[in-house]
Amino acid sequence: MSATRPLCFQDLILRLHQFWSEKGCAILQPYDTELGAGTLSPHTTLRALGPKPWAAAYVQPCRRPSDGRYGENPNRLQHYYQYQVLLKPTPEDSQQLLLDSYRAIGIDPELHDIRFVEDDWENPTIGAWGLGWEVWCDGMEVSQFTYFQQVGGIPTVMPSTELTYGLERLAMYVQGVENVYDLDFNGKGLTYGDVFLRAEQDYSRHNFELADTQMLLTHFNDAERESIRLSEAGVAQPAYDQCLKASHLFNLLDARGVISVSERASYIGRVRALAKAACDAWLAGEETSHG
Amino acid sequence: MAELFLELFSEEIPSGMQARAADDLGSLLTKALDGLNPRDLRTFFGARRIAAVLNIDAEIPARSVSERGPREGAPEKALEGFTRKHGVTPADLTLENGFWVLNKSLDPVSAESRVSEAVPDLLWKFPWPKSMRWGAGSNFTWVRPLRRITCLLDGHVVPFALARDGDDAHGLKASNLSEGHRFLAPGAFEVLSGQQWQDELETRSVIVDMDSRRDMVRTGVARLAEQHDITVVQDDGLVDEVCGLVEYPVPLLGQIDAAFMDLPAEVMQVSMRINQRYFALRNPDGSAAPYFAFIGNLPFKDGGKLTTAGNERVLRARFADARHFWDLDRKTKLADRVPALAAVTFHAKLGTQAERAERISKLAGTVAQAMGLDGAQIAQAERAGLLAKADLTTGMVGEFPELQGVMGGYYAAHAGENEAVSRAVAEHYLPRGQSDETAKAPVSVAVTLADRLDLLAGFFAIGELPSGSGDPYALRRAALGIIRTIRDNGLRLDLTALFAQAANGRTGGELAKLPDFMAERLRVQLRSEGERHDVLAAILTRGLDGDLVRLLARTSALSEMIQTEDGRNLLAAAKRAANILRIEDKKDGPHTGAPDPLLYTQDEERALAAGLDQAVPTIETALKEERFTDAMQAIAALRPTLDRFFEAVTVNAPEPKVRANRLKLLSLFRETTALIADFGQIEG
Repeated sequence: MSATRPLCFQDLILRLHQFWSEKGCAILQPYDTELGAGTLSPHTTLRALGPKPWAAAYVQPCRRPSDGRYGENPNRLQHYYQYQVLLKPTPEDSQQLLLDSYRAIGIDPELHDIRFVEDDWENPTIGAWGLGWEVWCDGMEVSQFTYFQQVGGIPTVMPSTELTYGLERLAMYVQGVENVYDLDFNGKGLTYGDVFLRAEQDYSRHNFELADTQMLLTHFNDAERESIRLSEAGVAQPAYDQCLKASHLFNLLDARGVISVSERASYIGRVRALAKAACDAWLAGEETSHG
Repeated sequence: MAELFLELFSEEIPSGMQARAADDLGSLLTKALDGLNPRDLRTFFGARRIAAVLNIDAEIPARSVSERGPREGAPEKALEGFTRKHGVTPADLTLENGFWVLNKSLDPVSAESRVSEAVPDLLWKFPWPKSMRWGAGSNFTWVRPLRRITCLLDGHVVPFALARDGDDAHGLKASNLSEGHRFLAPGAFEVLSGQQWQDELETRSVIVDMDSRRDMVRTGVARLAEQHDITVVQDDGLVDEVCGLVEYPVPLLGQIDAAFMDLPAEVMQVSMRINQRYFALRNPDGSAAPYFAFIGNLPFKDGGKLTTAGNERVLRARFADARHFWDLDRKTKLADRVPALAAVTFHAKLGTQAERAERISKLAGTVAQAMGLDGAQIAQAERAGLLAKADLTTGMVGEFPELQGVMGGYYAAHAGENEAVSRAVAEHYLPRGQSDETAKAPVSVAVTLADRLDLLAGFFAIGELPSGSGDPYALRRAALGIIRTIRDNGLRLDLTALFAQAANGRTGGELAKLPDFMAERLRVQLRSEGERHDVLAAILTRGLDGDLVRLLARTSALSEMIQTEDGRNLLAAAKRAANILRIEDKKDGPHTGAPDPLLYTQDEERALAAGLDQAVPTIETALKEERFTDAMQAIAALRPTLDRFFEAVTVNAPEPKVRANRLKLLSLFRETTALIADFGQIEG
């Protein structure tokens, strides 16, 4: 496999879809609101809670407004893709499954140096933590591997395995490319830059220079209020949507440089409270009507 | 005797936790199997396992124990409780010395039975710093999922399961199976003994002995370096860390892209170490060599070509990031960054880094002046003090905090600051640790001292002292840094006066404790050098001399003196005099004041009086002129006179007046020795 032409970006995704589909995962589509990481999708965050088994894989576009570099940095993007897998409960052969998936995309562990390097994962905005590793291939972190221990401030009664692949990095590695914009996107001449460069430039201006901070602040407060109201009404996922919106608005405000160091912690605390309420509402619902 | 073998095979254990866990396993087993005389313990650890091999007795022999119960005539209920607890009837008890006693004879316990009971308990309670749950509902936790328990007594499986109280503990049971290298030898193999396990693992590409792995890394990297006529930068911490990441270390050498070789060597080294766990290499002239060494986890089919290319590519991306900061940081002059320090809090009660920079600057000037530097150097010290913390606002230090100071030095030089100033900015954190060099350049010395004086005076003024367990602001290290810098450079400074300057008008807090704190650090330091700390203590009773050089010269002169025969005898005489005075003073003391020459009845008394008369001014002058050896000689010279005095004179003479006068003479002798030191503090 590795002797022939390396996988183009979209084939890499297709291979992973096929692999995880064969392992029994539901192949889901990206969540339709701005997220900072694949973990934040309700397909992971909410499903990690409670006692019901779950197995899903999906691509999630991620937005990190302050990582914008106007398309000038070969490794950093304010919009990129993660491939996210959630397996609940944690399979006995979690590590082996990940390694097999590397083989499926052309990485041979006897030619490359695969390492599991300690990583205590934590996401304070959703009150989540877990233990696991950064998975290195030849010195590069290509995946994050986490056994979830807590989400939304709630211990996971049935821990899950979360696997997150940085797709651009992985593709750059597989293709031997040093600039993300040079990635072969479809094997027919289209590059990653053809698809995303203009957007990176425009969004960088938006994130750092143009976004209306007054409006963002108003939206943040609106989303917060709405999220609280919806959690109280017991509709978990819509409440969680508003929490996600608030989280993204906070990231934009942060990129615009209008949040001071001392305010930062308080904003993160407000988002965490929303996430916790939505998670509580989700669990309450699981225990009653939908069981 | 039987060999007990226990291996806990798991998913990858954090490198930094392995050694401690293996130690804990060994000591917990030893404790739990106490009755079986555990001995010959060896422990092992690696990326996916911890293990212990030890010898134990085949059984705990039959024995009798007696348990004391309630007192004779105690309430019925107490007796009932005692018998219930032990499952016996009152008829089984005997009355001994007024107590009900149960004499039990215990059957022998086999090693197998004891081990199968103790090990599950130990594993449930194993003290990992952080552990996790996994699977579908067991509450058994381990650092990462535990996959196998191998437990053998002389090659036979000790049968036990981890399950308890309805928790299946992932169905984990002791077996005789272990596993080799993840990629090179997948699947299980049978273990027969500790030695066979080690050998079998080696054929299955796992080097389970940490020392062997270390050796493979050190010699392997050195051999690779030799081929290019370069040397590796020694880093024991890094060797240990990578040895915890790989089961079969394979050192490899990669090349650094020439385009990055103009980055500072320290930047390259830190980026390689922190981000990638790579070893840095040096040319014979000490400059950075265009190579890096890394440790793979297996002998690669292609000799490591692909993985080396991959690692080189990763490093290019890392260095591209570093270059970004390097280029961006240099666009702003270091001096222009000082105002931004106003936004960086140093400590809530001690203000911002900008205020601290002002203080260090002023203090560096004061120290430079006290060191006798010239006007230009004093100005340089003040300038360097002001710039010292400015690199805290740079991107590079934000990314790699361990480069603070070093980057400031580069950026100062880039901005055209004077060489001594740039150097002082770079060196003002010296010494960074016990094994690190101290600053030597005069301007650097002034700034490094100013930095620490401000730190100590500030935290003592707000009452933030180190406690037995914690020293969050590294005040002990700061004090030691001052002591080492002053000693290495032979600086004649008055620390007491400098601390007063550093207090900057503040009073109170715990500032008064600062001299004792410094004295204590000095004592600890001397002890670690194998010096006699009792001699220092004998001199410190007079209070900390702010001039450490003088203090230490005096200490070593005293040290030398008490090692001579005269000195030893003088010491004995001084102690004898002190003893007599202590006893007699209690009766009718103190016996102070000048003795009356008319009351002397023996020549030996007159000789001692004359000797003291002569010695006192000699000692005082010698001390003033810092001729400490002369002062010591002057007092040691009294020895024959003293010997004769104690031989011939009875201090407690029958006539009260004579007795009192002799005690006064002894008291005078004690005062004279006190000019030198408190001899009572000296041992021996």
